[in-house]
Amino acid sequence: MAEFIYLYRNSTQARTAAMGTPEARQKSMERWMAWLRDLENRGHVRSGGQPLESSGKIVKGGTRAIVDGPFAEAKDVIGGYSIIIAKDAAEAAELARGCPALDDPDGSVEVRPVAAM
Amino acid sequence: MEPADLHDHLFRHEAGRMTAALTRLFGVHNLALAEDVVQDAFARALDVWKLQGPPPNPAAWLMTTARNRALDVIRRERTARTFAPELSRLLESEWTASAVVDEAFARDVVLGEQLRMMFSCCHPALAEPAQIALILNILCGFGAHEIAAAFLDGRAAVEKRIARGKKTLAQSARLFDLSDADVATRLSAVHRALYLLFNEGYHGASARDAVRAELCEEAMRLAALLREHAVTRTPATCALSAVMALHAARLAARVDESGELLPLWDQDRSAWDANLIAEGRALLDASATGDDVTTYHLEAAIAAVHAAAPSLAATDWHAIVGLYDGLMRVAPSAVVALNRAIAIAQRDGPDAGLAAIAAIDGRERLDAYPFYPAALGELARRRGDVAAARAHFARARALARSDAERRYLDRRMPGSDGSG
Repeated sequence: MAEFIYLYRNSTQARTAAMGTPEARQKSMERWMAWLRDLENRGHVRSGGQPLESSGKIVKGGTRAIVDGPFAEAKDVIGGYSIIIAKDAAEAAELARGCPALDDPDGSVEVRPVAAM
Repeated sequence: MEPADLHDHLFRHEAGRMTAALTRLFGVHNLALAEDVVQDAFARALDVWKLQGPPPNPAAWLMTTARNRALDVIRRERTARTFAPELSRLLESEWTASAVVDEAFARDVVLGEQLRMMFSCCHPALAEPAQIALILNILCGFGAHEIAAAFLDGRAAVEKRIARGKKTLAQSARLFDLSDADVATRLSAVHRALYLLFNEGYHGASARDAVRAELCEEAMRLAALLREHAVTRTPATCALSAVMALHAARLAARVDESGELLPLWDQDRSAWDANLIAEGRALLDASATGDDVTTYHLEAAIAAVHAAAPSLAATDWHAIVGLYDGLMRVAPSAVVALNRAIAIAQRDGPDAGLAAIAAIDGRERLDAYPFYPAALGELARRRGDVAAARAHFARARALARSDAERRYLDRRMPGSDGSG
């Protein structure tokens, strides 16, 4: 068994467009909870993880300049992460396919193995 | 730890509560700002709960989040914006701002603000469909497309209706106050709107039962809010609540397994909800405290007689005819008169029923109402006049407003499968 990090990406436009109403937001959340709970029941969740604020600061290499970003409008903003247990990368990727983030065509789940020592 | 499940429509109901509390602080002219803060609280809940599961008390978490955001907004914008005029001086100072914000989120204050919002939505300048759309949008967290789907309206039309309604709200300096002189008049407008909302759910246009059941639930929930406040817990409020409970008790039995509408006499009475019937009876008792007899009292009493009867034949039709007599005195209409005539037919036979129909004042107003020829057809069939019955049902079918009604009338047509 190995550990994997799921990095969730969703465009904010897709989020606000698809989930403008309270009911839609609740439904979306219930889908997330059902998905993660199912993985948890099957022993695949080390940690549900944390959401990340959609913007912060970026410190650039070289100049070490501090700039604002990433911006909420960008498609490649990481919205949160979870730590998952799977036997290999193929299984970890297969498990990620049920993630509700993927209902948004601009959404994605990046599946990265934690490097073994 | 296994995270708690969220109860149904938590977000919708909390949307109404949060918007009410925030509007108290920001003022009704800043309704859009209040709605932004609510959306923001939901976005935050979605981000955190989807990964970590909801907290033990999700409703309290949402209210606290909205409260904190409200304080942020007030601190950031108090020089640029005017908030609620009666609170603005208190919100200007750090000494008092957070106490005022806390007060706005106190349980009984939130209840009062929801009621003020409900009364404000029933502004006499707004037509009833606009009042209902506003109530659903602001107090029940329905989006325009959800309202459009429930009422088979165009989304653009509903959006326009809501926008116009909100403009009317924003132009009034403040929300309706329950101590205002015309509280009784406005309360009857609120009753009417909730009654229509319930009826839309009960008889409504939407083909989806789940959507219609939600409308009934929302109407009942809002009526329950009215019963929680001393000023609005009137006999008429209790009677309206009784009408809803007694009818809702029959919701599940109203359609058969294949989704076809069933008339009262074909319903499986054991499928009626005994809890709702008991609740409806208790509410009807509670409504009998004043001298006022409203249409809601009489409709609830009729529904209670049906609920008490073990079968159609064993129904107390004398009592029902008497209650329809009462309805004809309080709120006469051709439809009420038709229902009274049908009850008379049950009590005294089809000839008496036909005579009562012939005596209806303004009978021509029923000409477009499919259940008028259907009633004539039913009585003709009971007299054994099959040809007349078929002609009446054919006319009823041509007037039917939905496929469900058409299929129902087809089944009543003599000679069709399953006709009795």
